[in-house]
Formats: sequence, C-alpha cells, structure tokens
Amino acid sequence: MNDYPTREFRITRADLVRYAGASGDFNPIHWSERVATSVGLPGVIAHGMFTMALAARAVEEWAGGPGKVVEFGCKFTKPVVVPDDDDGVVVRVAGRVTGAADGLTTIALEVTCGDEKVLGAPKAVIRG
Amino acid sequence: MPIDQSLVGREFPPTAPYAVTAGKLREFADATGASYDERTAPPTFPIIVAFHAMNDFLADVQVDLFRIVHGEQRFAYERPVVAGDVLTASLTVDTLRQIGGNDIIGTSSRITDADGALVCTTKATLIHRGESA
Repeated sequence: MNDYPTREFRITRADLVRYAGASGDFNPIHWSERVATSVGLPGVIAHGMFTMALAARAVEEWAGGPGKVVEFGCKFTKPVVVPDDDDGVVVRVAGRVTGAADGLTTIALEVTCGDEKVLGAPKAVIRG
Repeated sequence: MPIDQSLVGREFPPTAPYAVTAGKLREFADATGASYDERTAPPTFPIIVAFHAMNDFLADVQVDLFRIVHGEQRFAYERPVVAGDVLTASLTVDTLRQIGGNDIIGTSSRITDADGALVCTTKATLIHRGESA
C-alpha cells in the first residue's frame, strides 16, 4: 500500500516550546492550557506547522536529501492535542506515490495521531 | 467583530528583510528533527517570513494571534531557501468568508530574495475565532 517506510514522531510539550522558539510562532494556544481552552480548544495543541514540518522531514528522508521538494501543502483538519506529561503523543507519517512525470514525483501522505487523520489531503511534489 | 470585506485584494507592504543564517537553519532543523547539510533550509522554513507578514497583517486589522487557528498551508518553491538569502514576504488577502461567527481568511504571500526574485509562494487559510466562538 505505502511506497515509503512509515515514520513515527513523538511530540511533547518541550518540542512545542522549542519549535515556537525556532519558528517565531509564540501563539499561546501552543503552550498555555488557559489560553487554549479559553478559545474553545480541548487543550494545548501542536503548531499545525510543526506537524507539517514533521511530514516534510519524512518526505525529505524518502526523497533522499534536502532541497528536492517543489510543492507541499495540507489542511489542518484535527488539532494534535499534546498533554502535559513526559510521553506526549505520536504522529505517524505514511506516503505513497500517486504520479510521476517530467522528472517530478507526486506523493500523497497520510498523517495520523491515534486513529485520526490530523492533516487533510497532505501532498508533496518532489524532484526525482 | 467580523473582519471588513474591503480587505479582499489588498496587498500589504513587504516585511522587513530577513537574513537567513546557517545557525538559524540549524536551529530550525534541530527543532523539527530534519537532517541539515549546513546550507539548505527544510521545506517549511519559509513560514518564518510568511509568519512575519501574517503578524503585520493581524496588527493592521487588530486581531489577536491567539484567536487565529491555521486552516491550510501550501508552499510552491522556485528554489530551496539557502543560508545567505535575505528574504521578504508580501501578503495579499485573497478571500474572506464568515462562517458561524468565524472569519475564514485566505492569504497568499510572495517570498522574494535580495534581488527581488521569487523564491517561494505560500498560501495560508487563517481561521479567526470570533469572540463568542
């Protein structure tokens, strides 16, 4: 079914803090339970862009190195809620080839947390 | 308060130039676990300058960041971002819809280098959660 080895990434609150610093996205819904719940979220959620970055990490591994992605996109359909504990949550990234033409390969991804798809229609186009 | 429909089609001024350093690329790669060749940015790195453009936009329309949830993100690359690039982002509001007390804002940002050449186009859908949501 899948053309690439499925990758698993564990996300803890510490990862969200580190990603906030590296990306400059200090939206408090990614580190404050109080603010997250005040806007109707179930709790602190991972940056959608962090989940997307993990999906990109898998794609670059599958592509065999950096600098080969020419298109990348997704919807953020379900929040990845990250509990305030040491275990966090695990996000799984699977991918299969859906097209190849003109030196470009299109990859459909499936990014899940537990039984839920957390990214909607994630797709990458890579050189090669 | 809903965001004004007159924003559709408006292009915001370019962000302040952002110098991409090897150290910043390493920090971003480390934070996302990406492998790093001391030169090439991971694919989602341009979000840093796109985020600057979004923050300028939110300040202009007086919307708090904590009321924003990211709905969709797309990148189309002309070339990878590399260390030494100096990037700016210019954001345009493409679409605006109100659904159930939330504003659904479609934006696109052109990310250009110091020569003005296009490096990457990003598209983001931002969901502004209304006060009552």
